[in-house]
Amino acid sequence: MSDRVSVAKTYKLYIGGAFPRSESGRSYPVTDSKGGFLANAAQGSRKDARDAVSAARKAFPGWSGATAYNRGQVLYRVAEVLEGRREQFITEVAASEGVPLKKAQSLVDSAIDRWVWYAGWTDKIAAVLGSSNPVAGPYFSFSTPEPTGVVAVLAPQQSSLLGLVSVIAPVIASGNTCVVITSQERPLPAITLSEVLATSDVPGGVVNIITGRTAEIAPWLASHGDVNALDLTGAPESLRADLERSAAGTVKRVLRNKTGEDFTVTPDLSRIRAYLETKTVWHPMGV
Amino acid sequence: MAAPTTLPSALADAVRDESSLRRFLHGLPGVDQVGVEQRAAGLGTRSIKKAAKLHAIDLAISMVDLTTLEGADTPGKVRSLAAKAKRPDPERPDVPQVAAVCVYPDMVKTAADELKGTGINVASVATAFPSGRSTMDIKLADTRFAVEQGASEVDMVIDRGAFLSGRYGQVFEEIVKVKEACGDAHLKVILETGELVTYDNVRRASWLALLAGGDFIKTSTGKVQPAATLPVTHVMLQAVRDWKTQTGELRGVKPAGGIRSTKDAIKYLVAVHEVAGPEWLDPHLFRFGASTLLNDLLMQRRTQLDGHYSGPDYVTVD
Amino acid sequence: MWEYAPAPESRDIANLKPNYRMFVDGKFVEGTGEPLKTINPATEEVLAEVSTASASDVDNAVKAARRAYDRVWSKMPGSERAKYIYRIARQIQERARELAVLESLDNGKPIKESRDVDVPTAAAHFFYHAGWADKLSYAGYGPDPKPLGVAGQVIPWNFPLLMAAWKIAPALACGNTVVLKPAETTPLTALVLADIIQQCDLPPGVVNIIPGAGDVGAALVEHGDVNKVAFTGSTEVGKIIQRQLAGSSKKLTLELGGKAANIVFDDAPLDQAVEGIVNGIFFNQGHVCCAGSRLLVQESVADELLEKLHVRVSTLRVGDPLDKNTDVGAINSREQLTKIKELTESGEAEGAQRWTSSCPLPDKGFFFAPTVFSNVSQAMRIAREEIFGPVLSVLTFRTPDEAVAKANNTPYGLSAGVWTEKGSRILWMAQRMRAGVVWSNTFNRFDPAAPFGGYQESGFGREGGRTGLEAYLDV
Repeated sequence: MSDRVSVAKTYKLYIGGAFPRSESGRSYPVTDSKGGFLANAAQGSRKDARDAVSAARKAFPGWSGATAYNRGQVLYRVAEVLEGRREQFITEVAASEGVPLKKAQSLVDSAIDRWVWYAGWTDKIAAVLGSSNPVAGPYFSFSTPEPTGVVAVLAPQQSSLLGLVSVIAPVIASGNTCVVITSQERPLPAITLSEVLATSDVPGGVVNIITGRTAEIAPWLASHGDVNALDLTGAPESLRADLERSAAGTVKRVLRNKTGEDFTVTPDLSRIRAYLETKTVWHPMGV
Repeated sequence: MAAPTTLPSALADAVRDESSLRRFLHGLPGVDQVGVEQRAAGLGTRSIKKAAKLHAIDLAISMVDLTTLEGADTPGKVRSLAAKAKRPDPERPDVPQVAAVCVYPDMVKTAADELKGTGINVASVATAFPSGRSTMDIKLADTRFAVEQGASEVDMVIDRGAFLSGRYGQVFEEIVKVKEACGDAHLKVILETGELVTYDNVRRASWLALLAGGDFIKTSTGKVQPAATLPVTHVMLQAVRDWKTQTGELRGVKPAGGIRSTKDAIKYLVAVHEVAGPEWLDPHLFRFGASTLLNDLLMQRRTQLDGHYSGPDYVTVD
Repeated sequence: MWEYAPAPESRDIANLKPNYRMFVDGKFVEGTGEPLKTINPATEEVLAEVSTASASDVDNAVKAARRAYDRVWSKMPGSERAKYIYRIARQIQERARELAVLESLDNGKPIKESRDVDVPTAAAHFFYHAGWADKLSYAGYGPDPKPLGVAGQVIPWNFPLLMAAWKIAPALACGNTVVLKPAETTPLTALVLADIIQQCDLPPGVVNIIPGAGDVGAALVEHGDVNKVAFTGSTEVGKIIQRQLAGSSKKLTLELGGKAANIVFDDAPLDQAVEGIVNGIFFNQGHVCCAGSRLLVQESVADELLEKLHVRVSTLRVGDPLDKNTDVGAINSREQLTKIKELTESGEAEGAQRWTSSCPLPDKGFFFAPTVFSNVSQAMRIAREEIFGPVLSVLTFRTPDEAVAKANNTPYGLSAGVWTEKGSRILWMAQRMRAGVVWSNTFNRFDPAAPFGGYQESGFGREGGRTGLEAYLDV
């Protein structure tokens, strides 16, 4: 009796809906919480980040122009597909984060539920955050939230799936597109999530996922002229101020992480609000 | 349809037939209500003081079409109005004469006799004023009668019913025919803007009247509310300004009804000055259709010159 | 010819004093910085000497604000805060004429604007925000949103009183205390506002106003005990502040520059479009961050529109800001005038066609005749850089897509104008404009109930409306 040799997966980047290797040709070993080898992950470079920003920008008009109902369905579809691969994610999260199976189950379940939560928000954001403005004059004035654009997201370092989902979903729910640098040490659930995104009607380029060294890639995103916002959640402590300074070069919106953000609790709207612009439109009322 | 004067080709095309006319009028730029009202209110805040005010008062007096259009009008009333027209302020001979006296056709002869040799025009309303609801023959007869009696200016009304139901050709023809019936008399075309309701309609009716050969476009009969308003006058001033740009011709504007105070009159003059241009500050190109306005102008004139406020007992009630 | 006689508002109404002092902890005190002389840009004469803050004065002001926050303001029920803010609104209305004349003297803007826009809108901002003070739990930021603490606010010289109102009113309504630095060239109305605040009996330290130059602003935003920074001004300085605050926990909102496109389609209400263009670029001498400085006009109507525009601009009366008939007043400073001249010269050098109104200009003071550049291309400096003066750049387009592409082709994103009679096109365009405010068939409308602020390098955060409260709440 011979054990079957399993087929090992090559973990690659996710850019523009495709799964390329890093243009740098580099990879780095990823271990489990006890130091055991799990896989080699692609070590993304600044050029990968650049390509990812281009892909995100290209996807922005279509995604932000899609109906909110459509985006809601797509996000819900992500939850469905994720649910279908629940067992795989439990295994990966348990391996990556070194948590007991039961805890991993609960994290994966929360991650699925988080997609459902944000899926339901897509077509309510404008009603809750927009307004018709009772201005003192013969004008109809209304304000409507619009997506900021391309968001660079430094995903949390610890929470490899739930944290990741919790920072991506609010960005794309309102129509932004994003470039995500995954947890450096725990990148594998992110790549598997890419496979979910790729097979659940999320248009290519809406979410782009890069594994590698956060400290190496993040500065290129922070200073990139075609990035509109920066989420510092997973930024190394030593780099935060520098990244923020860099972001000021093009007046990016910066979400400073709240250290120790607990991703297991249902979020509020602050992450949605962080990547929205309010547009106020005026028109005279007359005959 | 026949254009009354030689028009530039674009405008000649506009009056070729009914459908060209419609296309032309509906192709005019729209008027945004809020925008034009805001502009009128903004210009209304101009502060006209001292010499500029005195000049404006005298100019306004010289632009008045002193009007009586009542069922109760009598030769006596008209004679008294004519006397006022000649010497608005009997104690102040330097006060200019008004531009015209405006009456119903049957009073024209009385007015003309009184005003002979003064340079003051006699204007007569005609064409089944104020409603315009009669047959073409009667309207033309009305016009011819007024001119025969001595009117040098005719204030006709357009058929608002025809205009509002889109029969622009009919309105055009009427104006052309009335203009013919006027002979040498100047034709003022009353749009009755209060019944046209929208500024878009005012603009279209203004162009229609200009195309048909009206010498003046006039806001109102005074019998319908609202009568003249500042923003309506703005739209009409824009029309004559643009008419000049396209044809080189100068046509006039006459707001009528509801202008009672010097303050209001000055707001109109500021509009004439800044919307149409300084060359319209001339009784040949701008008139006020009014009755009570004149006395307020006279009182304010006294106030300006005497340095203290005047009162109604110092001007004549006619 | 009919010449309008001068109709000047009396400068006595401004109650101008020879000396103005800063306002800290409820008292007017002498600052220990180098005093500044504020001048009337229309005559270049000195209006008053104003004491400025040194670094230690900034520290004292922040301390006063902190004390007021800890001891009084953060503990006061919103309903009580509201009444103080309503009082301020009323006092501004009561002293409206004084404030308007003083604003025109210090800033150079025409009295009809300070009287009809700046001052009434400032009062409206206090009145509007007062009502929020006890209703924050309904604002959509959770059941009990908390203030941030001490707000350090730095404002520009283009709307001195109005910007102070935009900053102070929401801060107070949300329960913060304030240290505000008015612009170096226009400190006076903010200090009269301080007088109003004193008369309204606001607890000492709740609002502190410290005049000075850029260094005072820098010291304020850098101060370790400031929790919130709000800045309105140039994108250049906004970036510096954002860098300064990097790594801190201070909440930041920025309202920066702009290069707005005012887009006129061939079916526009042309006469009103001309008014909107004039209002868009010549309102407040073009010293407006959301000014419609780029006119994008559809080629088929460009000649007609330009002709109408020239005629209309020729009627603008440039001169004494206190004359009620003045449409365009004085440029705020010699420095700004130099910048405007430099940029207009670059426009000519780069081949744009310059048209300047032949209106007479006063002999003294900083004045610039309304100027329109046609044949401008996207690559020219006058199409890309914020001129902040009465200078319009005219470009043309052929299709709606081209209009959108050209309008959005800028790092800025504060405002845009769209003129067309076609409703569906308005909405289509409004959706595509990358701008925080889109005025359709109108321009330069402001209201405390309507959020205002920019996309991209025009800043972030909003002022006004429910949305504007977020800037002053810990949410």
